[in-house]
Amino acid sequence: MMDAGRHPNITLLTNSEVTNVSGYVGNYKVAIKKKPRYVKEDLCVGCLQCIDACTYKEAKFPDEFQMGLGKRKPVYLPFAQATPQVVLLDPDRCIQLKTGKCKKTCSDACDRKAIDFEQKEETIQVDVGTIIVSTGFETFDAARLPYYGYGKYPNVYTGLEVERLTSASGPTAGEVILRDGTHPKSVAIIHCVGSRDEKTNRWCSRVCCMYSLKLAHMVKDHTGAQVYNFYIDMRTPGKSYEEFYDKLLAEGVQFIRGRVAEVTDWAIRPEEEGKLVIRAEDTLVGVVRRIPVDMVILSTGLEPQHDSAQVASMFGISRSADGFFAEAHPKLRPVETNTEGVFLSGCAQGPRDVPDTVAHAGAAASMAIALLNRGEVTISPTVANVDEKLCSACKTCLSVCPYQAIVFNADKNVASVNDALCKGCGTCVAACPAAAITGRHFSDEQIIAQIEGLLREPKTAEGARP
Amino acid sequence: MNFEPRIIAFLCNWCTYTAADAAGVARMEQPANVDVIRVMCTGRIEPMFVLKAFAEGADGVIVSGCHPPGDCHYTNGNFKTFRRMPLLGTVLSQFGIDKGRFHWGWISGAEAPKWAELARNFTDQVRGLGPLNWKDQIASKED
Amino acid sequence: MAEKLKLALYWAASCGGCEIAIVELREKILVVDQVADILFWPVAVDTKYKDVEAMPDGHIDVCLFNGAIRTSENEHLAHLLRKKSKVLVAFGSCANEGCMPGLANLYDRQSIFNYVYLESPSVDNPNKIVPQTTNKMPEGEIQIPKFYNTVKTLAQVEDVDYFIPGCPPQPPQIWSVIEAIVQGNLPPKGSVVGANEKTVCDECKHDRKEKAIKQFYRIQEIIPSSTQCLFDQGLICAGPATRGGCGALCTKVDIPCRGCYGPPPHVIDQGAALMSACASVVDADTEEEAARIVGGIADPIGTFYRFGLPASLLHRRKL
Repeated sequence: MMDAGRHPNITLLTNSEVTNVSGYVGNYKVAIKKKPRYVKEDLCVGCLQCIDACTYKEAKFPDEFQMGLGKRKPVYLPFAQATPQVVLLDPDRCIQLKTGKCKKTCSDACDRKAIDFEQKEETIQVDVGTIIVSTGFETFDAARLPYYGYGKYPNVYTGLEVERLTSASGPTAGEVILRDGTHPKSVAIIHCVGSRDEKTNRWCSRVCCMYSLKLAHMVKDHTGAQVYNFYIDMRTPGKSYEEFYDKLLAEGVQFIRGRVAEVTDWAIRPEEEGKLVIRAEDTLVGVVRRIPVDMVILSTGLEPQHDSAQVASMFGISRSADGFFAEAHPKLRPVETNTEGVFLSGCAQGPRDVPDTVAHAGAAASMAIALLNRGEVTISPTVANVDEKLCSACKTCLSVCPYQAIVFNADKNVASVNDALCKGCGTCVAACPAAAITGRHFSDEQIIAQIEGLLREPKTAEGARP
Repeated sequence: MNFEPRIIAFLCNWCTYTAADAAGVARMEQPANVDVIRVMCTGRIEPMFVLKAFAEGADGVIVSGCHPPGDCHYTNGNFKTFRRMPLLGTVLSQFGIDKGRFHWGWISGAEAPKWAELARNFTDQVRGLGPLNWKDQIASKED
Repeated sequence: MAEKLKLALYWAASCGGCEIAIVELREKILVVDQVADILFWPVAVDTKYKDVEAMPDGHIDVCLFNGAIRTSENEHLAHLLRKKSKVLVAFGSCANEGCMPGLANLYDRQSIFNYVYLESPSVDNPNKIVPQTTNKMPEGEIQIPKFYNTVKTLAQVEDVDYFIPGCPPQPPQIWSVIEAIVQGNLPPKGSVVGANEKTVCDECKHDRKEKAIKQFYRIQEIIPSSTQCLFDQGLICAGPATRGGCGALCTKVDIPCRGCYGPPPHVIDQGAALMSACASVVDADTEEEAARIVGGIADPIGTFYRFGLPASLLHRRKL
C-alpha cells in the first residue's frame, strides 16, 4: 500500500467517495467528495503525539479496525499500516468538533500545526479514461440468525473478531480469551453462516472454509483447546489448500459434517452447565449431537455492499442476481462490465480470496492500461442513429434509453445518439413516433423483410416448405 | 389438408433466443410451426412488427425476452416491452384478433424446456383457434 | 398564352370539407380560374359522368380526388378518373388514409345497416323497412351502388400520382401545390405534396421536455397548460406521429393534434407508431403499474387509428 501511496503516477484520495460519473469510455468525468479528516495531509508525518496529548486520557470509543474489541480515541490512526500515515479526527466523538469547547491539546502537541478543525468537505472533478470499481464486500451480519446467539450470548464471536484476537497487533496481543478474560477449553467454529442458505444468501462465499481452518489452527495453537468445525462441505480448492486441510485433520481438530441448528445455553446435562451447546446433526454418523463449548466462532460469509444498487447505477453497470457487480461474461470476460471503460476488480464482482483477488486486479489493471494505450476503441456498429431531417424534437426518446445515450441538441433542435454509449438495444428506435431513429442492422426494413419472407411461402402440414 | 398454424416469434437475443437455441441443440420436441425473428432486446419490438406479422398471414405471434426487473441485458429494455404489450393486446382485440393468438412473456436463457413447452402449447392453442388468413379479410368480401 | 390547365375535382365518401378548403383559397380562386378550366366538379359545375366518359383518355391534366372508397360508385369514378386524367391526386385525409369514413371499418355493412335503419334509439321503424338495392321502374330495373363492407383509400383501388394530406388540406398548402403544378415543378411520382417532412411537433410552440406519464387524460378531463407540451401533460397528442404542414393549428389553441395529416414519411402504420410512443414513456417500473396506466386509455383503436384505419397494416376489424 505504501508503494502505491508513493508512486508519482498515483494520486491516493482516502476518506473520499465518488458522487457522480458522466461521460463515456475514454472521456469520463468523475466528481469526488473529499470528506474532511481535520488534519492537513501534507503536514502530518504520523508521529502520533496528538493521540497521546488528546484530552481523553484513556481510549474510550470502539475501534472499528479491532472489530469493536479494542478502543480508540477521537483522534486516531485507522490501523497501524494505514496509508497515508496520517491521523484523522472523528467528528462524532471529538469534543472540539462537536461543541467547540475543548482545550485542543492535540493541536498544541503537533509541532507541524497539521491539525485543522476548520477543514471543509471538498468536491473535485477528475477527467479519466477508464474506471476500475474495486469496492469490495461486506460481511454477513450474524445477528440476522438469532438461533446462533450472536449479540445474545457474550462468547459467540464472528470470524473477523477472532482474527483480531489471534493477531499479535490485536486488542489482546494475540491472546484468545473469552469476555471474562479466561481461555476457552473448547471452541466450535460454524461454517456457512449466511452462505449456502435459502433464507439469507444462497451462494458459497468461497473464503470461509479456508479461514475457518486457519482460525481452527490458530486457536488450537494459542490455547490448546478442543476445536470442532461444523461444516456442510469442505471447500479447499486452491494451491496447497487441500494439504492445509490434511494438516488440520492431523492436528486433532474435530470435523463434524452438519449444518448447526442452534447455539443455546439451555443445559440438559451436567457437563453443559455454564457452556454454550451446539446442536447439530452429524450426518456422516446419522445422529443429532449436543456438544458443549466455551466459545463459538461464526464463519460469516461475504455479501455485496449495502449501497451496491446506487453504486451500480452511478457507474452505469449492472448487478448479477446475487447483487455483486456483473461481469461482461461469466467465463470469458471476468473483469469487464457491459459498460465500456468500466472494469471490476476483486470481491466487488464476487467472493474470492487474496490470491484470486490479486490475479483479478492484475487483469483489470492490464485491460484498463491496454485500452488507454490503444487510444481508440472499437464499438459495436449496431447502434442507433437519429436522422436529423426527420427528428422533430418531440423528446419521446430521451427518457427511454437505459444508458442516457440520447441527448437533446438544442442548437440543432434534434435528438442525438452518442455512439460510444449506445449499446444497440433498439428501445429508442421502437419508441420514435416519427421513425426518425434507425437501428443499424436491426432496422424496420430488415425486420419487415424477415416477416414478409417467412410468411411468403406456405408450409405443408409436416412443416416442410414445398 | 389439415390446418397448420404459422407462428412468428420475436425473441430477444440474450434470453429467449438463447433458450430456443439451447432447446434445439438439446433436441427438445418442438413443432415446426414457430418461426423466430431475433432482435437484440424486446425493447426493439414495436407494435408495428406484430401487426405486420398478422397482416402478412401469421396465425399467432409470440414476443418473449428477459425477466424483469433485473435480467435485461440492457438493464431495462424489457420495461418498455411491458408498457407496450398490454396496450397492443387491447388494440388487437379491438381489431377482432383473439387474445389467444398473441402471447407475450419472459423466458430466460436457462429455461430451454420452458421455450419448447411454450412452442408446443401455443401452437396447439392457435391450431384450435383456426386460420386467421388476414389477407383474405380485405380481398374484397363484398357480398 | 399557355394552354389552360384542365382540372377536375371529385368527392367520393367525404364530408365536403375538402371542397370548402378549395373555396377557402378566397381571392386566389380567381387565379385558379385564370390558369385552369374546371372540367368536372360535381359540387359546383354541372358536368355529368357521361361527359367524363366521353372525354379522350388522359384528357384531364390534374384530378383532385377527395373522399374514401365506400361504394361501387366511388370505385367506378376512381377508375374512370384515372383513365381520363394524366395526374391523379389523392386529396385530403379520406382519399389518403380513409379518415372518418374509415372508422366504419370497425363494423361491416350488415351491422351498420341494422343500426342505422333499425336499432338506433332515434329510429322509429316498426315495419322494419330497409333500403332495397334494386327497383323496377317502367323504364327498366335500376340499381343503387353497392355499399362495400370495407372502406378503402384511393391508392388501394387505383394508381395514384400524388398525395395531399390533411383534413382538410390547409388552403396555403393547396395553393402551393397548385403553383407547383402550374410551374411544372412537381417532385417524383408517388410523393406527398403540400406537407412537411417533419412532424407537427416541429411547428408546435409548446415547450417539450422528457416524458414520464402517470396518467392519460381525455381532452375534457383537464384544462391543459398553454405553454407545456400537451403530450407531456398526459393528453394523447398525435403530433409526434403526424406529418406537419398544417401549422399546428390545433395545438396552437391547446387542443391535442388528432393526426389528420397522416403518418410522417417512413412510418407505415400511424396508429402503431403513436401507440408505441405513448406506451414507451409511461412512468411505470412494474408490469401491474404499466398495465394500469395504459388501461386508462379509453378506446385505443379509435384514438390511435382515428384517421388512418383503412391505410393501416390491418385495414379493418376482422369480418
